[in-house]
Amino acid sequence: MAAVAALEAEAPTGALWGLVQDFVMGQQEGPAGQVAADVKSGNYTVLQVVEALGSSLENPEPRTRARGIQLLSQVLLQCHSLLLEKEVVHLILFYENRLKDHHLVIPSVLQGLKALSLCVALSPGLAVSVLKAIFQEVHVQSLPQVDRHTVYSIITNFMRTREEGPFVEELFEVTSCYFPIDFTPPPNDPHGIQREDLILSLRAVLASTPRFAEFLLPLLIEKVDSEILSAKLDSLQTLNACCAVYGQNELKDFLPSLWASIRREVFQTASERVEAEGLAALHSLTACLSRSVLRADAEDLLDSFLSNILQDCRHHLCEPDMKLVWPSAKLLQAAAGASTRACDHITSSVLPLLLDQFHKHSQSNQRRTILEMILGFLKLQQKWNSEDKDERPLSGFKDQLCSLVFMALTDPSIQLQLVGIRTLTVLGAQPDLLSAGDLELAVGHLHRLSLVEENPQSCRMAALEASEALASLYPAAFSSHLVPKLAEELRRGESDLARGDEPTKCSRHLRCLQALSAVSTHPSIVKETLPLLLQHLWQVNRGNAVAGSTEVIAVCQSLQQVAEKCQQDPESCGYFHETAVPCLLALAVQASMAEKEPSVLRKVLLEDEVLAAMVSVISTATTHLSPELAAQSVARIVPLFLDGNTSFLPENSFPSRFQPFQDGSSGQRRLVALLMAFVCSLPRNVEIPQLNQLMRELLELSCCHGCHFSSTAAAKCFAGLLNKHPAGQQLDEFLQLAMDTVESGLSSGPSRSQTFTLLLWVTKALVLRYHPLSSCLTARLMGLLSDPELGPAAADGFSLLMSDCTDVLTRAGHAEVRIMFRQRFFTDNVPALVQGFHAAPQDVKPNYLKGLSHVLNRLPKPVLLPELPTLLSLLLEALSCPDSVVQLSTLSCLQPLLLEAPQVMSLHVDTLVTKFLNLSSSPSMAVRIAALQCVHALTRLPTPVVLPYKAQMIRALAKPLDDKKRLVRKEAVSARGEWFLLGSPGS
Amino acid sequence: MVGGGSGVGSGLLENANPLIYERSGERPVTAGEEDEQVPDSIDAREIFESLFLHLTHLIRSINDPEHPLTLEELNVVEQVRVQVSDPESTVAVAFTPTIPHCSMATLIGLSIKVKLLRSLPQRFKMDVHITPGTHASEHAVNKQLADKERVAAALENTHLLEVVNQCLSARS
Repeated sequence: MAAVAALEAEAPTGALWGLVQDFVMGQQEGPAGQVAADVKSGNYTVLQVVEALGSSLENPEPRTRARGIQLLSQVLLQCHSLLLEKEVVHLILFYENRLKDHHLVIPSVLQGLKALSLCVALSPGLAVSVLKAIFQEVHVQSLPQVDRHTVYSIITNFMRTREEGPFVEELFEVTSCYFPIDFTPPPNDPHGIQREDLILSLRAVLASTPRFAEFLLPLLIEKVDSEILSAKLDSLQTLNACCAVYGQNELKDFLPSLWASIRREVFQTASERVEAEGLAALHSLTACLSRSVLRADAEDLLDSFLSNILQDCRHHLCEPDMKLVWPSAKLLQAAAGASTRACDHITSSVLPLLLDQFHKHSQSNQRRTILEMILGFLKLQQKWNSEDKDERPLSGFKDQLCSLVFMALTDPSIQLQLVGIRTLTVLGAQPDLLSAGDLELAVGHLHRLSLVEENPQSCRMAALEASEALASLYPAAFSSHLVPKLAEELRRGESDLARGDEPTKCSRHLRCLQALSAVSTHPSIVKETLPLLLQHLWQVNRGNAVAGSTEVIAVCQSLQQVAEKCQQDPESCGYFHETAVPCLLALAVQASMAEKEPSVLRKVLLEDEVLAAMVSVISTATTHLSPELAAQSVARIVPLFLDGNTSFLPENSFPSRFQPFQDGSSGQRRLVALLMAFVCSLPRNVEIPQLNQLMRELLELSCCHGCHFSSTAAAKCFAGLLNKHPAGQQLDEFLQLAMDTVESGLSSGPSRSQTFTLLLWVTKALVLRYHPLSSCLTARLMGLLSDPELGPAAADGFSLLMSDCTDVLTRAGHAEVRIMFRQRFFTDNVPALVQGFHAAPQDVKPNYLKGLSHVLNRLPKPVLLPELPTLLSLLLEALSCPDSVVQLSTLSCLQPLLLEAPQVMSLHVDTLVTKFLNLSSSPSMAVRIAALQCVHALTRLPTPVVLPYKAQMIRALAKPLDDKKRLVRKEAVSARGEWFLLGSPGS
Repeated sequence: MVGGGSGVGSGLLENANPLIYERSGERPVTAGEEDEQVPDSIDAREIFESLFLHLTHLIRSINDPEHPLTLEELNVVEQVRVQVSDPESTVAVAFTPTIPHCSMATLIGLSIKVKLLRSLPQRFKMDVHITPGTHASEHAVNKQLADKERVAAALENTHLLEVVNQCLSARS
């Protein structure tokens, strides 16, 4: 028994011995990892490893000793957390002793010490002893870079946990002599150390302790003052890092010099990076002074430091030529951004000055600069506001600020107006600052700015954004001062419309609709604006106003924006849905009733674009519905379409029955789009009543020829429901039904094209959710590429399969969309497409190319790159295809590839040059533009590859410079400019 | 035509912190521009937009390419000072040096001229000159810019070409 036990104990050590031999003598690298793993899992102890190494550590050949220590160090690097305090002591003694060894051994010894410096179980005094040994035995400064890096790591590791009091100055000297790092990695450097790595690790050491401060700060000041850009940057960044651990005591003696250097850099620098680092350092210095804990008798240096800054910057703000205003303002703002106290100190001194300067300057341009600075200080106030609510440093300046902002808002300069609008928004965000009177004035200005037609777009948009932000804070002010005015405008607009179109008034009317939706940010405002908008639609429908489809679409767009704003608030969301959806349905149902003389307006409501606009209102109003409301709503809307139950609609006395699925009236059938908008946006867990009947009706309508719009809407609705339906028997039944319908419809007959649309949407619904049947449907679709009648449509269908829809099958509408569906579709189907292309007869080959280029075009480029070499020849062939859709799709696929896969593309440069130039004179403007963009992208291929074409390209591009279309000329100008720069000095 | 490297260096100290003007933003695309059939004539705005040259190298620093300033932001070129006639194939651009003694004036003018040469159809006759009354040696500079031989010779000068290319390079 004892013998067996002895054998078991010996066996692992025997294996260990073998591994050690393989590593040390056999020069194999693998065993080190194996040994480390075994130690980790507890098979051996570190002691056993040392014993197994035994003789190699004492070997007379230094290379062998180095190898032995290397193995031990590698094991320790992985297992240092397992070591006991006693083991660490022994190992450190061993390693310290080895520092005396041959220089070949030193790197491995340092690695071991680095591992040990990471140990938690380190007896007091050991760190000092290690550092002492390193500095005594090794001349760190003359070690190779990698090993110096290791020494820094050892120091940093010790610094993290311990203070090395007695050695501060020595440590500082041995580390700071490398500052600032000036190192360029040699070519083919096996260690891969970058300059940035060294900078960061040296900075970590230098900024690790406040004890270095008295030595480091003078050095940093000296380097900031030097002429070398990189030294300035590194010093400022290091100062920034130091501020995280320093306090007032460390900085005290150096503050005047630090400020002088930073100020000089920001005022005079030629480099914006130096400026940015200088500002960041000032920010950190101020933050550091602001948070320092002071002894009772110590002086608070923050105030005197800030006074210094103010003294040096204030007068620049008042110079008439305004030369140094921006650098001064930036310095002041950097300091003010550091703490509440700093912010208040600086703002209270600077704000009166700037307010005064605004009035001293009369030019809009100068006023704009001053207002921009004021805005900067106000934004900083905002940053600190939430923390301290007792004091309002701005309240004393409120009246002056308001009058200044209102002056800006009435200034003729658009730039000044824009800054005024931004300032107003920031003032409004200060709690309890603006009075009711100020708000009334502000609302009046915003009303004017968002409606006046002479104002450029940028100004109106800014005014709308400001209204949006302020309305959520001050709903009462907007309800009482803006909404009534807009309501009045809208009524006037209705009568204008009734009198006939007058373009300027109409556009004012559209802006009024935009303003109404912009301010609908608060539930109380929505309760006023929504009825206004809906009432306006009724007016249009009653024939009280003559409106074209643009008018109705504009109202729907406003409704849609209001719906979006309501989504986050459950109460508003419910209110919007219950108010707007029945109203829109009622309007549409009424319009769809066959009348003897249908009015022009009713026809307008049934137009494709108008229905599409209503679809987006209804789906936006449905996606965020609460489960209860959704259930209630679905129980009304589905019976409306299936049974003609109109009882829940407002003003529901209709001249005839509503039976979109049975009735022959095409108007009623078109409204299936609205049903789709609703049912396809419901959350997945909402149960849909009469689903079986609904699906059958949809299927039937989708294959009905006569009206493309309604059959497509039915197919999309069917697909949308299919996509969300849980797997199971019912889903399989629906699918079987769909397959049967598709097969019988495609075989022959008048509705082949409708049936194809159904197939396409059902395929999309299944591809998105990775349903197993999707591959079968995709194969069916691919088969149709060679169909003489449906081939081109099938090719375009691939674009639909790969793109994101806006109305159904969207993530927002809770559809099941797997994130990698495009990649998966590519992998599953592209080989078959390529094969199909080769096998296809000549006349249908373009269909395959088109399908392929649609798939590749939508694919994330990283997925495409590995397949590129095999696909590229096909893509090049597609460029010669006469179909301009194929050309365009292929060009837009190739353009990013030129930038991302220059090596592969370079192989075909000759073909690419010829084909792109040919297409740059295509009759289609879009193709010419895309071709020129590709010509531009060609310049990004490796210069030696494209340089031979330079002269030819510059000559050829002279022609599109004179293209009749401006958009084409623009591309030609930038492409030709790049070709001129190619291989030319300075580019 | 202008001094070599020393000319560029002295620009740094002349006007280290110029007033910066806002860019007018890109021209919105109109329905007419998207219509294949309608020809759009070359106009001042189009020329003006093609002159978004980067002046960092001349005005602020040779080393800091991160925030290049354009001629527009420095108000050196304004749309009102671009005159163009597409039917007559003529373009005239007047530029305003940042300060009356700007030693960069010739170089800026040359950059504008080269940009026009590269961007306009060959049929155009172009004239680049200093806005009257904005530069001390206005006439001398204008004369040089109008002299075809001098312009051609300047572009043979590697150093000058390098500076001009830097201004024309959108990538920098």
